[in-house]
Amino acid sequence: MDHEHQEPVLQVQGIAVGYGDQGIQHDVSFDVKRGSIFAIMGPSGCGKSTLMKALIGLLRPSAGALRFGPEDYWALDQGRRDDFGRRFGVLFQGGALWSSMTAEQNVALPLQMFTHLSGAAIDSLVQLKLSLVGLDSGRRSMPADLSGGMRQRVGLARALALDPQILFLDEPSAGLDPIAAKRFDDLIVQLRDGFGVTVVMVSHELPSLFGICDDGVFLDAATHTAIGHGAPSVLRDSSDNPTVHAFMRRELPAGNEKPA
Amino acid sequence: MTVASTNPRLTTRAIGDDTLVTLMGDWITKDDGGAADSAAATAALFDRKDLKVIKFDSSRLGRWDSSLLVYLSAVRDAAAPRSIRVDDKGIPVAARRLLALLPQQQAEPSAAPPGRPMFVERFGSRAIAQWCELVAVTVLVGGQLLQSGAALLGRARMRRVDFVGCMYDAGIAALPMVALVNVLVGAILAFVGAIELRRFGADIYIANLVGLAQVREMAAVMTAIVMSGRTGGAYAAEIASMQGSNELDALRVLGIPLQDYLVLPRVMALTLMTPVLYLYGSAIGILGGFGVAVSMLNISPELFMAQTRSAVTMHEISFGFTKSLAFGALIALAGCRIGLKAGRSASDVGHAATSAVVVSIIGIIMLDAVFAVCANALDI
Repeated sequence: MDHEHQEPVLQVQGIAVGYGDQGIQHDVSFDVKRGSIFAIMGPSGCGKSTLMKALIGLLRPSAGALRFGPEDYWALDQGRRDDFGRRFGVLFQGGALWSSMTAEQNVALPLQMFTHLSGAAIDSLVQLKLSLVGLDSGRRSMPADLSGGMRQRVGLARALALDPQILFLDEPSAGLDPIAAKRFDDLIVQLRDGFGVTVVMVSHELPSLFGICDDGVFLDAATHTAIGHGAPSVLRDSSDNPTVHAFMRRELPAGNEKPA
Repeated sequence: MTVASTNPRLTTRAIGDDTLVTLMGDWITKDDGGAADSAAATAALFDRKDLKVIKFDSSRLGRWDSSLLVYLSAVRDAAAPRSIRVDDKGIPVAARRLLALLPQQQAEPSAAPPGRPMFVERFGSRAIAQWCELVAVTVLVGGQLLQSGAALLGRARMRRVDFVGCMYDAGIAALPMVALVNVLVGAILAFVGAIELRRFGADIYIANLVGLAQVREMAAVMTAIVMSGRTGGAYAAEIASMQGSNELDALRVLGIPLQDYLVLPRVMALTLMTPVLYLYGSAIGILGGFGVAVSMLNISPELFMAQTRSAVTMHEISFGFTKSLAFGALIALAGCRIGLKAGRSASDVGHAATSAVVVSIIGIIMLDAVFAVCANALDI
């Protein structure tokens, strides 16, 4: 599929994020095209997850605009933002499942809160979502009794519960073994192709980045801004920025003694 | 993006041995639920006895999401056991891909929860659980006794900084609350007593009433209840949430005994501080009674003080002091024990905090009754 000619579903324009007076990233701009798998890349501690918090409405950016279509998300009032938020699905790091509910109940909660479907209809949707993410056992287990990979899958099923337009994934393959990580990557691609959902993922797992992402932005920890735009494999092959080059090739930065 | 959506519809048409299902409209999960309707439609589809192949036509299908998948997978799963073939050529490519992700037969819901066990079984397992709990508590109490001996000699694996922190939390930080509760209890005792005593012209005995009641009973019990609410509950919640985030496991692997590192500083701090708070609470309570007696009942301050001094002997104080020691140990041990055996979920933390407070308060009252009976028998 050629995503070059498609309209952006999400536009980030000169956004700055930080906590209090401490700026973490500034002047970050990028477009996410409909149906793409967009990577937010960068070294640990560069503010990837913080930027994602601004994208999903948990942290107000200190400058810039975040546009979904014509509307500036952060200029809307809380009620409208919540409406928008329901079109997002978010998979948090490690799943962030509600620990006092079973896997099924975790997926059912958004449906119970935001639809008036009957219990049977909700149950069939829950079973469908859990089957889609490949959770064949442990559907009635508590999160504490599931393995890391299974928790991740339940988290993805919960993110898909309301059939979102944009799926945000925070470190989706962190903590998974290589085979499980590859399976999870494939699953993301299949869900994108199936539902036509747009995926924005935060990651520093090179195999995932090269394997499934077709666009991205690279955030730098030293200069606190975006220093690379494009698909991870393109950045690897053609970026002349030493940090991006080193990161993408898993090398030590040439002539750069100072750790970022 | 407000595109008016139409309801999901479908028609079925028999062509020879086949049935053609034409999907129309928007199959979007909505409040009136396409998924629910489609269950009936699925059942109707299989009424035909000579059905061989189900085909689909989605040329008039609008937008779709999971509810279409629910329908399609229901059809597929119902067709499989009847050896009816589902021809998926007419299904949108993307939906076909998602359908391929679903296992052929939806995972059967796991076996129904076992029925209620018989009375004997329940009684037995309860009794065994209670016995195990009793053993665990005995081990905890015994271990704490031995370890506090070791700690006094500086041999326990407890950090001084933890101990001092716990002392601060269970001591100085609790002063305002203990003071407020006790001054009010002292004042209330004075009010209540004054009305009766005045009828006999025995106003001055208000000092005896307030002094004795505070020192023997009220200060000890009220201080302990305050401490069980603010400190016992906190101990349980803190240890339970450490359980949830694997912090206790991290201590265990390092070979740091939880008894020494977590329980001991808390038990020692609370056992030492509760009697001190009791003394403070008694004094403040008598002060509350003093305020009411002097300002409202026209008793001279000197007289009140002299009367209190004659009523409240060292004997009474040491009785209340001993009780407070026991209450402090009880609250800390209950809080830590309940925290240690808590589960790992968020609601388990809440349960642990609640049951620590409940167990402590009931324990305090029961222990107080035991003390009262013993004091009566020994004529203290």
